[in-house]
Amino acid sequence: MNSTDLMKQLPAQWSTFGPGFDWLFYFLYWMSVILFVGIIGTAVYFVVKYRRRPGVKAEPTGHNLVMELAWTVAPVVLLVMLFHWGFSGYISLTSPPPDALDIRVRARKWSWDFEYPNGGHSQNDVTVPLNRPVRFVMSSEDVIHSMFVPAFRVKRDAVPGMYSTLWFQATHTGDTRFYCAEYCGAADEPVTQADGSARETGHFSMGGLVHIVPQSAWAGYLESILRAPSHADGREFTPAEWGEQLYTQQNCNTCHSVNGTPMTGPTWQHLFGQQVPLADGTRVLADENFIRRSILEPNAQVVQGFGPIMPSYQGSLTDRQLDAIIAYIRTLR
Amino acid sequence: MATEVANAPSHHEEPDPNENYLKAGRGIWSWMTTLDHKRIGVMYLVAVILAFFMGGMFALLIRLELLTPGRTIMGAATYNRVFTLHGAIMVFLFIIPSIPAALGNFVLPIMLGAKDVAFPRLNLMSFYVYVVGAVFCLFSIVSGAIDTGWTFYTPYSTTSSSSVVSMTLGVFILGFSSILTGLNFIVTIHKLRAPGMHWRRLPLFIWGMYATSIMQVLATPVLAITLALLAMEKLLGLGIFDASLGGDPVLFQHFFWFYSHPAVYIMIVPGMAVVSELFATFSRRAVFGYFAIAMSSLGLALLGFLVWGHHMFTSGQSEFATMVFSGLTMLVAIPSGVKTFNWTATLYKGSIWLTTPMLYALAFLVQFAIGGLTGLFLGVLSIDIHLHDTYFVVAHFHYVMMGGTVMGFVGGLLYWWPKITGKLYNETAAKVSFGFVFAGFNAVFIAQFIMGSRGMPRRYYDYVPEFRPYHAFSTYGSWILAVGFFILAGVLIQSLRKGAKAPPNPWGSAGFEWNTASPPIFSNFAETPVITRGPYDYHEATEEELFDGFPEDFKKTES
Amino acid sequence: MSSATTTDASHAAPAGEHGHGHQYPFLAHHFDTPVHQFDSAKLGMWIFIATEILMFGGLFVAYGIFRGQEPEMFRMAHERLDRIMGAVNTVVLLFSSLTAALAVRQSQVGDRKGTTRWLVITLICAVIFLVVKFFEYQHKFHDGLLPGHYFQAHLQQFAHHGHVLPQRAHMFFALYFMMTGLHGVHVLIGMGVLSWVLKQNLDGKISKQFFTPVEIGALYWHLVDLVWIYLFPLLYLVG
Repeated sequence: MNSTDLMKQLPAQWSTFGPGFDWLFYFLYWMSVILFVGIIGTAVYFVVKYRRRPGVKAEPTGHNLVMELAWTVAPVVLLVMLFHWGFSGYISLTSPPPDALDIRVRARKWSWDFEYPNGGHSQNDVTVPLNRPVRFVMSSEDVIHSMFVPAFRVKRDAVPGMYSTLWFQATHTGDTRFYCAEYCGAADEPVTQADGSARETGHFSMGGLVHIVPQSAWAGYLESILRAPSHADGREFTPAEWGEQLYTQQNCNTCHSVNGTPMTGPTWQHLFGQQVPLADGTRVLADENFIRRSILEPNAQVVQGFGPIMPSYQGSLTDRQLDAIIAYIRTLR
Repeated sequence: MATEVANAPSHHEEPDPNENYLKAGRGIWSWMTTLDHKRIGVMYLVAVILAFFMGGMFALLIRLELLTPGRTIMGAATYNRVFTLHGAIMVFLFIIPSIPAALGNFVLPIMLGAKDVAFPRLNLMSFYVYVVGAVFCLFSIVSGAIDTGWTFYTPYSTTSSSSVVSMTLGVFILGFSSILTGLNFIVTIHKLRAPGMHWRRLPLFIWGMYATSIMQVLATPVLAITLALLAMEKLLGLGIFDASLGGDPVLFQHFFWFYSHPAVYIMIVPGMAVVSELFATFSRRAVFGYFAIAMSSLGLALLGFLVWGHHMFTSGQSEFATMVFSGLTMLVAIPSGVKTFNWTATLYKGSIWLTTPMLYALAFLVQFAIGGLTGLFLGVLSIDIHLHDTYFVVAHFHYVMMGGTVMGFVGGLLYWWPKITGKLYNETAAKVSFGFVFAGFNAVFIAQFIMGSRGMPRRYYDYVPEFRPYHAFSTYGSWILAVGFFILAGVLIQSLRKGAKAPPNPWGSAGFEWNTASPPIFSNFAETPVITRGPYDYHEATEEELFDGFPEDFKKTES
Repeated sequence: MSSATTTDASHAAPAGEHGHGHQYPFLAHHFDTPVHQFDSAKLGMWIFIATEILMFGGLFVAYGIFRGQEPEMFRMAHERLDRIMGAVNTVVLLFSSLTAALAVRQSQVGDRKGTTRWLVITLICAVIFLVVKFFEYQHKFHDGLLPGHYFQAHLQQFAHHGHVLPQRAHMFFALYFMMTGLHGVHVLIGMGVLSWVLKQNLDGKISKQFFTPVEIGALYWHLVDLVWIYLFPLLYLVG
């Protein structure tokens, strides 16, 4: 990165909002620079020119009503203009076209779930088509989060108990980052990952990539999320392989280890087929039904020693994905 | 309780009214039970400086952690607590009481020609209420600290396992301290002006304090009830802010900002008030557009109550409300601009004496201009959507709060220091410290503007490598800033220990507070002064007369 | 608020400061005349009252919002409140405002016994108010009409009355307890203030020249009354 890049005020603009936004931003920017240099330049000039000298007295302060009125009224004209531009920009930000593609977005500490029109889901990363209006219909399952895509110049809070919407039309293919912009805390302890390294999770880790794909690739993408993924040689993943991939994709790994270490949740190692002690003192056999229920209704049967804090994955996982995860857990016996 | 403590000594022992206030009554007890506004001001001063030191340490920890991506010195959960404590301590324990309760308490009655504030006992009580509130806040730190951010947004705050209740209780109590100070000042300004001190002769510092007090009295109770509801929500599951019980989490934001936006002006208007005095004294001229500056303070106080919704442009309030709040927010630029233009015009054809306090006033002008202009970006709706909750906002409010109010506070402290302590300080060393503070401050926050508009969200423990140069630059700046403040502390400690004795009016100011001894006598004036001129009538005296006292003021006291 | 008057009352002027220090023992050294001191104290109290009203204002706004959302729920829930008890309390408080005003009147004419009498009656009214409130609260507790999470516990009890409260009625009771609770706290503070005024009067510190504490205390008591005047129809008479 060279020094001119470092001084650039805005990130690349990849949505239809970009040009208008950037124009107004840089208008404000240069207007501010001119005003700042004007005012402070004048002040500095006065400080130097009228610095204290022996025998020179300050002139008494007079009145200049015209000047005072001028600098009270002149900004009003400018402000009205700015307000108008800002407001019309805001109106276009809040008015998605009727043919926009809806993606349902669910925010929770500290991940995002995207549900596509065909019922498929993706976690943390979202894929959208190029040159087509996309509307996010957002809600939150716990606290307030906020969807922020700097390259699109859009941001909107996801508030529990209501839906909020955000829309954009991407103008560039590629990957760009989105963030959570409303503070939502962090895990008390770092999570030990499978390779032994510690990973902190929280507000700051609650983001991902927006993949913008050409419309020709979009239909194929939609299909692929319902299917097990394929190896490079075209061979489809086995259920257990897919389950292993989902283990990280769906963030199971932030709470469940596969090496026997208890984390926020119980480990998956040697889980399948065991008698598991529950918080209410009973025991239950960890079979397919137990695991399925634990994923869909996590707080129905909480394992002894752990808190009822897991969010439900009801609706975020297809039946085939559930099968794949169960197949993966079976291999950890 | 505080009132009872105050009761005890005043019955049997009254200090000599003509004795230097620092010597009128000896021992800790005479300080703890004093009803003298000057001593209460000094006690507040010590308290807010301690709070500033503590908040500053947390700030340095934040910057140090952000020096590198990922873990530098602490974990994420600790980081969240550190930035929350930085914000809460700086806002509630330092900035809000800094200028009004510490400097204002000391200077305001003297400027008015009064012997004390209207309700001295209430004044002392306000200090002890502050101490109790501070104790609750500190208790929250030792009992696991709080990780909600100083804004306590629901539902995060109602579900967080950190010690939210003790902190909200502390802030609730601090609010009453602030209300009592404001109430006291309003009555004092209305009722205790010396003969001849009519409204048109009121120093601009007093006008600023008046506007501030109105906001303190009218906005703080709303924060009190909001925090009470929050505490009840947490203790009893009240449901008013809880969506799962049919409540509305955004309502909390409305309530919170209904207080906290005026609170922003409670913080900045006193800074403007101090700076107005500094510009007049060190330009040897009346402030240009006196009436406009006085009224713009009141204008800001009024607007402060009407723009709270601009903190919530992305949180889902109606488009209509958003439009109204954006429009009203734009109006804030007018009184702010009026002040800036008037201060600049004050310099014109002045006789500008670049003392350390004046340097702080000029730094205020520079930094407030940046803070104000970047505020415009945030008032323009479509631009705010992108900038909201990024480092741009962080940089903006630090330019106003720290670049503005803290500069005003330090400038005012150095300006009135000889009056408060009766000692002079080393001007050269103070100017060196100013250089570090100015350079350090701007280094910290200029970098934050750029990374903010490039999309770096605030309250992030970790960040993508793209932002690393900015964060590193900002952290280096924080070290320069810290050096500046440590030098300043050294200068002031040196002054207390070995400083030369200050004359009554070391700056040759025409302000009425300089007509008293340094330090002032217990009852401020030997006789009730009669005000016969304006506070900035520099043209009526020669430079020598400014230092020795206005001839007409002398005539009056001798008669 | 009480200390506002404490200050004026007992912060004696330093000897020889004004010459009138011994003339008015209650005059603080920074005031010129007793009238000056009285006006200042009164202005201080009015400002404090403005503060108090804004504090309740937050609750009134919350009430307005939630009632606007669910007027029917508010109507059903308010029927669980005891209108008779509420009305009795309204009368009691209105009467106590009158007696507080009479206490001021008697102190102005220098009638120490009369002042004491009316102050005591005002305090008795305050106690009656709190006792009635206690029984109301007890009844709500018994029926499980509690705010937030605690609300659901006894909901079934109402089935035999013929209608069940909607689940969200807990919101009404959250507001009911917050508003009347905060008001109750103010009644207690007001009683403290009036008791202190009573003590000043019994100690002989109140006179025809110096009745500031009585005036200020009564002013505060009127605020307590005023808030209730709004609470009563908002909570008990939603109809």
